[in-house]
Amino acid sequence: MNDQTTVMNKNYQKILERFPHDVQVDEREGYSGLLIEANQLLSIMETLRDEYEYDFLTSVTGVDYLPDEKMEVVYHLFKSTGGSILEVKVQVPRSNPVVPSLVGLYPGASFQEREAWDLLGIRFEGHPNLTRILMWEGFAGHPLRKDWIETFFEGDVKPYEDRWPEGKVSKVETTNPYGKNITYPDGFNPETWIPDSEDLLFQGSTVVKVEQEETGIETEQLVVNLGPQHPSTHGVFRMVATLEGETVLDLEPVMGYLHRNHEKIGERNTFSMNMPYTDRLDYFCSMSNNFGYALTVEKLLGEKYQPPERAQYIRVIMAELTRILNHFMAIGFFLNDLGAYFTPALYAIKERELILDIFEAVAGSRMMCNYYRFGGVVRDLPGGIEEQIRKLVYDRLPRQTDEMDRYLVENEIVIGRSQDVGILTPEQAIAFSAVGPVLRASGVPYDIRRADPYSIYDRFDFDVAVRYHGDVYDRFLIRFDEIRQSIRILQQAIDDLPEGEILANKPAYKFRIPKGESYGRVEGPKGELGYYVVSDGTDNPWRYHVRAPSFINLTGLREMCLGEKVADLVAILGSIDIVLGEVDR
Amino acid sequence: MKGFGILKGLGVTLKHLVDTYVEDIKAGRDRYYTEDGVRQRMTSDTKGIFTINYPEERLPLAEAFRYVPFLVYDEGEDGERSIRCTACGICSKVCPSQCIWIERAEDPETSKPLKTPAEFAIDIDLCMNCGFCAEYCPFDAIKMDHDFELAVYDRIDVNIHRKERLLKPASYYASIRPESYALEQKAKAEVAARKAARRGNR
Repeated sequence: MNDQTTVMNKNYQKILERFPHDVQVDEREGYSGLLIEANQLLSIMETLRDEYEYDFLTSVTGVDYLPDEKMEVVYHLFKSTGGSILEVKVQVPRSNPVVPSLVGLYPGASFQEREAWDLLGIRFEGHPNLTRILMWEGFAGHPLRKDWIETFFEGDVKPYEDRWPEGKVSKVETTNPYGKNITYPDGFNPETWIPDSEDLLFQGSTVVKVEQEETGIETEQLVVNLGPQHPSTHGVFRMVATLEGETVLDLEPVMGYLHRNHEKIGERNTFSMNMPYTDRLDYFCSMSNNFGYALTVEKLLGEKYQPPERAQYIRVIMAELTRILNHFMAIGFFLNDLGAYFTPALYAIKERELILDIFEAVAGSRMMCNYYRFGGVVRDLPGGIEEQIRKLVYDRLPRQTDEMDRYLVENEIVIGRSQDVGILTPEQAIAFSAVGPVLRASGVPYDIRRADPYSIYDRFDFDVAVRYHGDVYDRFLIRFDEIRQSIRILQQAIDDLPEGEILANKPAYKFRIPKGESYGRVEGPKGELGYYVVSDGTDNPWRYHVRAPSFINLTGLREMCLGEKVADLVAILGSIDIVLGEVDR
Repeated sequence: MKGFGILKGLGVTLKHLVDTYVEDIKAGRDRYYTEDGVRQRMTSDTKGIFTINYPEERLPLAEAFRYVPFLVYDEGEDGERSIRCTACGICSKVCPSQCIWIERAEDPETSKPLKTPAEFAIDIDLCMNCGFCAEYCPFDAIKMDHDFELAVYDRIDVNIHRKERLLKPASYYASIRPESYALEQKAKAEVAARKAARRGNR
């Protein structure tokens, strides 16, 4: 810990000496990182990227400090070769929050800056397409601002006062009548509204005639909407593709159909209430989501809440089982996208069911596990489960992985459809902040479990799976590699599983969370799942932000699809493996 | 050779097909619609397809399984119900979706608050089955149920579970969660014994 801090300070020192006037160390209680003047942001970030090797901008978000009349943009920087965090912050006045856009330096900031504009109203100057991304154009205001209040409002924070001791139950519908629960921006009429940037798209398929410069031949460009209702998009997700013949000239992902403002809900909840809500982000991987949130809040809580040994092992076991089931599902549904109608998917689901049986016995629910607590896990493994896990990881899962491998990997149709399609080069992958299997399939061996170990991952012997072509086929293969590595970790963990306590503290629902901020991240099955939490010392988080891997992996989707055929779009999207619960939050 | 990969894959599907039938023939009538058959299909040695034919067959629920909460009452010898809930309000405070409403009972004469709920309501449309209420209840008065077949035609009225609907006897609780029940009874007995010992010392 101390070594890390000194290395960190050395780094700070160098940067401080270089820019004595524009950079300060953030000295607020519980905060760390650098505060940069907005007008110097671009040049300093360029230096950080090119000279200090902070080339991996994983997370961009904003915080509304209403009492100080300030908006803060927080950047979380890492090196793609591994190491700990460098936090960079820019503060701007709340009345006119303008920050230069980093899209030119880090294209991966694109969607996240749009999200910050959408939800917090921070303008990013120089962003090529600063439009709403999760909300729609007819939405009034910026919902994550602290002074924004929704039409149906019960209270700033939970618990609400009318629940006890004189609770009188009422249905939400009666207080929130349909049609009266919405406000529009000034001068906005939903009846006559046609979105100006998208008017082409809403008319369905539209033909645009273009004359080719060289030949003088007139060709037709076609705009095609894939989705939002389309089985291949794994939910409600839309891709707007501009085609010439079958070739994709341009592609724009459109999301937000499942948006529920998870973060606003999270800021109203108490810290512990957020745990079951994280289950619903990536609903296949609730255990990993719990893990990330628990780690983040434990960082704020300090040493006293470090989970005991047994809990650490149980956490790792559950997180790795989650990775296996997620990758089985990813493989199965990728084959669905290729047109292998449901046989591979059902073989994958079979193995998933056996893992879900374990989750049900351990956590009480198959998908919405809500199993981790600050300082440990909620209950010990019931009798017989250890044996069941042991049988799975020593016998069935390795065997079934090999069978899936035999079944699919050498299949000529799979190879023909996916090899050399949707290529993402390593440089692009880093620039677009791609994470998880997408990044590693492009030849960047970056796995948080190794690059910046958390929990007890430094004790296990495993390899970071990596593939080098960056095409759809490699993104498919790398999931097999990762399943095998997870099985290795599981075998070691289940053998070493110690006896003992499972919770560091007495079970509690109220925590005294010290003031400060914390960014915690885990290597989720889909990539880096990060949580940024700011506590102001009260029971409820001041800011609660989720860095969702599915969402940010979509930033590079356009780049992967350009020049490909329209039939490959579905395969490319399937190979990223998104879950809309997490994309839209 | 082109096409070999596809053939290999088809071999795997054929094996799955054959496995399922071989298992069916080997196990005979015992594989389906029997408890042992269901249990066998849940182990990791199972082969072929292991679909459970719900609702004719059911998965045995794990003890930890949780669905919407219910209130526990103890039965006296003369059939009198004593509700464990003291209307302390912890469950409604920890509830993430704020779906629990409790009205504390008052003494009709002195209008002092009593340690029992006059009304207890859970809107199960809001309930997210997280189990926090059962987890943090200091009196073991609210527990998560195993009954998950709650589909109704009219959710507005029916899906608000009020006190009468929520109350279930401790014997029911013991039947769905025997291990937790035994542990709780043991802990209670210990507390009672300690109290008795202290009184004896005095």
